This record gives sequence, C-alpha cells and structure tokens, in this order.
Amino acid sequence: MKILPLIAVLCWTSMAQAETPAQMLAVYESEAARQMPGFQASGQRGGAFFTKQFKVSEKMPACTACHTENPGKPGSHVVTGKAIQPLAPAANVERLTDHTKVEKWFRRNCKEVVGRECAPAEKADFIAYLTGGR
Amino acid sequence: MKALTILLAILGLSGTAQADRMPSANTYLPAYKSECGSCHVAYPPSLLSAQDWRTVMSSLDKHYGDNASLDEKTRQAIESFLADQSGSRRTVSGTRGNELPRITTSTWFVRKHHEVPRADWHHAKVKTPANCSACHTRAAEGSYREREIVMPNGGRWEDD
Repeated sequence: MKILPLIAVLCWTSMAQAETPAQMLAVYESEAARQMPGFQASGQRGGAFFTKQFKVSEKMPACTACHTENPGKPGSHVVTGKAIQPLAPAANVERLTDHTKVEKWFRRNCKEVVGRECAPAEKADFIAYLTGGR
Repeated sequence: MKALTILLAILGLSGTAQADRMPSANTYLPAYKSECGSCHVAYPPSLLSAQDWRTVMSSLDKHYGDNASLDEKTRQAIESFLADQSGSRRTVSGTRGNELPRITTSTWFVRKHHEVPRADWHHAKVKTPANCSACHTRAAEGSYREREIVMPNGGRWEDD
C-alpha cells in the first residue's frame, strides 16, 4: 500500500509538467541539462533551428514550409492545404499545454523535416523561441 | 394515383437532399479525429470501403508521401472504427495498381464534383481536391451540405 502515494505523486508530476509553456520549457531544459551540464535554452538558437533549411524532405525542407516564418501567424499544410493554427502560445493559448501532444508532434515533424528525432536541447531552444523566453 | 405520384416525388427529392448528409464528426472515434484530422480533414468514413480503409491503415509509414505512423493500439482502434463505418458500393474508390486508394478518384467523388471549374481546383486556397474545407466550410464538423459551400472566389455554389 506504500506504493499508492508514490503513484499519486507520479501522476501529479506527469500532469503538472504539461500545464504551461513555461513548465514545458523547464521540463526540456532540465532533460537537456542532464545530457549537457549547465545547458541553458536559447530562443535565438531555437529561431535559427525554426528557419533552417534541412532539405531532407522535398516538400517540407524547413519548419517554415508549413508554419510560415512567423510562428505568431497561422500556416497551412504544404501538401493538404489544411489550416494550421499559430505555434506561438501568445497567438494560440492551446499550444505547449499538453506534453504528450508536444512530444507527438516533435517526433513526427522532426523525423519528417530534420530526418531524425530532435534532441532535448533542440526542443528546449525551440520552445524558448516560441515563448519568447530566454 | 395523383397523390401517390406526388408522394413519390417528395420522397425522391428528400432522398437527393439526404445524399450529402453524413454523420456529424461528433460521432467519429476521438482518436480518429485527433490523429487523422490534424494534417487533413478527418474524412467521412463512409467515403471508402472497409477494404480500402484497411489498405490505407496498413501503410501509415508511407501515407501519400508522408509518414503518419501511429502506435499499434491506436492504429487498430482507428482501423476498426473506419471499417465499421465504411461506405457501401456508392462510394468505393477506383484504385489503380499498387496506389493507395484515394477518395478523390472514386467515381462517386468525380461525379459529385465534375462541374467544379478547373480554375477552382488550382486556386491557391485549394491546392488539392483532398482539401475539403477549402469549399465545404463545415467539413471539419463532418457536414458537406450544398448550402454550406463557399467557392474560392467567395461565391455560393450554384448547382445546375
């Protein structure tokens, strides 16, 4: 029965880490710091990553192919034309509030655009860029 | 006899009007809406046959030029939902060779859209016939009624 409080705490933390963009940033930043001691997220690096032409995918050479160069503006899927709501939480309050969703899209889009999964440091930088923090 | 003719005519008319009415997206499996409705509209399941949906769902890593892989549990749940809600012969697609089935090449789709001018298909707002919501303003809700259509130039759709 001792395990119950532990489960409760685990559930609480996994939910808590998904509440706000600032917490999302903190989660990825600490994950990156475990691999690279002293790591600090950089919005500038995140911005460079966002506009970088990876050219792995012909139709989606960069994040900007669908999301436009301004994460505060809506984009559209380059293949299907479906509207994509802005990435920046300042323009779209639903962004960066669900850790599972964030992970899912990092996984899918990094493989598609970057050609591999993204590192925690890249994710932290990217979120710093989107939130205008650090 | 006259009354019967009128009754039949009314029934026939309402039958036509019903043709564009499909189940609301509220009836879709939530995982189908969230997983398959992000990059494109979650298409009405009745627009492909069960066999065609199974073909689509068995090759998500090569999904019309995109990698749309899902975890196996979610994939299976969505496939069952789609097969269960799949369409009758009215909407079975016309597939060629090893290509994935496309709703937009089905005889039903082509017949329904044959009066759409070429320029509209190529309009910047449309990009592809798969972009239902470019004209069907309530496609995301699963509704494709004629009066909800707004053409790329902003005009109403006039069927003649």
